[in-house]
Amino acid sequence: MGTMNKVIPLREVTSYVSSGMTIMVGGFGGVGNPPSIINELMKSNVHQLTLICNDAGFPQIGVGKLVTEKRIKKLIASHIGSNPNAGKQMTDGDLEVIFSPQGTLAERIRAGGVGLGGVLVDVGVANPIVENGKQKIVINEKPFLVEPALTANVSFVYAKKGDRFGNLVYDTSARNTNPLVAMAGDITIAEVEKIVDTGELHPEEIITPGAFVDYIVQSEGVNWTWAWEKK
Amino acid sequence: MGLGKEIRNKIAKRAAEEIKPGMIVNLGIGIPTLVADFVGDIPVMFHAENGILGTGPSPKAGEENPLLCNAGGFPITTVSGASYFDSAMAFALIRRGFLDMTILGALEVSEKGDLANWIVPGKRVPGMGGAIELAQKAKKVIILMNHTDKFEKPKIVKQCSLPLTAKTCVDMIITDMAVINVKKDGLELCEVFNPFTIEDVICNTGATLTISEHLNLISRFEGDI
Repeated sequence: MGTMNKVIPLREVTSYVSSGMTIMVGGFGGVGNPPSIINELMKSNVHQLTLICNDAGFPQIGVGKLVTEKRIKKLIASHIGSNPNAGKQMTDGDLEVIFSPQGTLAERIRAGGVGLGGVLVDVGVANPIVENGKQKIVINEKPFLVEPALTANVSFVYAKKGDRFGNLVYDTSARNTNPLVAMAGDITIAEVEKIVDTGELHPEEIITPGAFVDYIVQSEGVNWTWAWEKK
Repeated sequence: MGLGKEIRNKIAKRAAEEIKPGMIVNLGIGIPTLVADFVGDIPVMFHAENGILGTGPSPKAGEENPLLCNAGGFPITTVSGASYFDSAMAFALIRRGFLDMTILGALEVSEKGDLANWIVPGKRVPGMGGAIELAQKAKKVIILMNHTDKFEKPKIVKQCSLPLTAKTCVDMIITDMAVINVKKDGLELCEVFNPFTIEDVICNTGATLTISEHLNLISRFEGDI
């Protein structure tokens, strides 16, 4: 039996993305955003994207760069406070932003990733900004909001190690939304710090089974300065 | 916001006294983050919504791991017994009620314990992040803030004018002037910090305060941290 090999060159990543698509990117405040894939998207001319991500990163960090360069027309996130460009574009009407409470957003992505239609959540019940016309269901006499699942044309994640079958191991707090996002893409592309041969990862340590992952690319590392590094 | 470092530290130190051994605690951004510096040796597990239970002190300069950060994006270390997990599990811990306490900042708190800490319509619409889950689901919610806003208007009010994060969720408010408990029948003034008087606190509060029979006038702000 041959060995599957999902490793592709980094430059091929953009052939899976076209303008107007919905993409989902793992990460939280830039940590765990896939830096080299974002760099490739920046070099391409894809635009008018719908982006599903925990947040809008920072102006020059992570997915924040795509926002700053106005590649995003619609953003589904829990927070944009760390990227003033997102706030300005929203105010100017150039960027549509849809907010979900952070844990609800994670569960919506997970629901999409595990083949559910949505989740029932009581977070934000009676809060008009969260309810915002959503369907309500009463179960065991408690009200819940119907929060629909999220999926994407392409999911991009970042992992510490990946084997050629696509099994992934994450890195400390860079795990965050990545295992959820990895499940929710029609196509999932993982940028990994270290590509290893299939069989080198212990089955017990694998967080994302390779079946969820379509392609693996070698990371070229972070090419931005973290906010805390600035004096 | 607008408070000197010394006063911020003293508010954080007072909040740290509320943390008891064995608690699981989430600290918000701003003054709440400072609370971790004052808990001393008591065993406590700090939760970060980006997927860590058991965050530790900041690393020394040059020893940071850029991927190991708290929810505010600053590098941290971990303590013995810490664990990493994904965002869904981070919020599972919150939604299921495993957080004994969350310590957050606020724009306004009402006399019923309603919390507004995420939107100033037309000015600041950053998104709620994890604030709604934390406020709605933590067993105890403590608010650390300046007693008044930059126009010296009370931030503790009868009814919040800003969009709410969550209703009737706040249990205690610690400011530069006082410690106030939020009870079912209203606000109870428990501690007043020197150099302020009970009258100062009442004048700068936009809701009715009852005075605790155990009221403490505390010289905490005279310099002895």
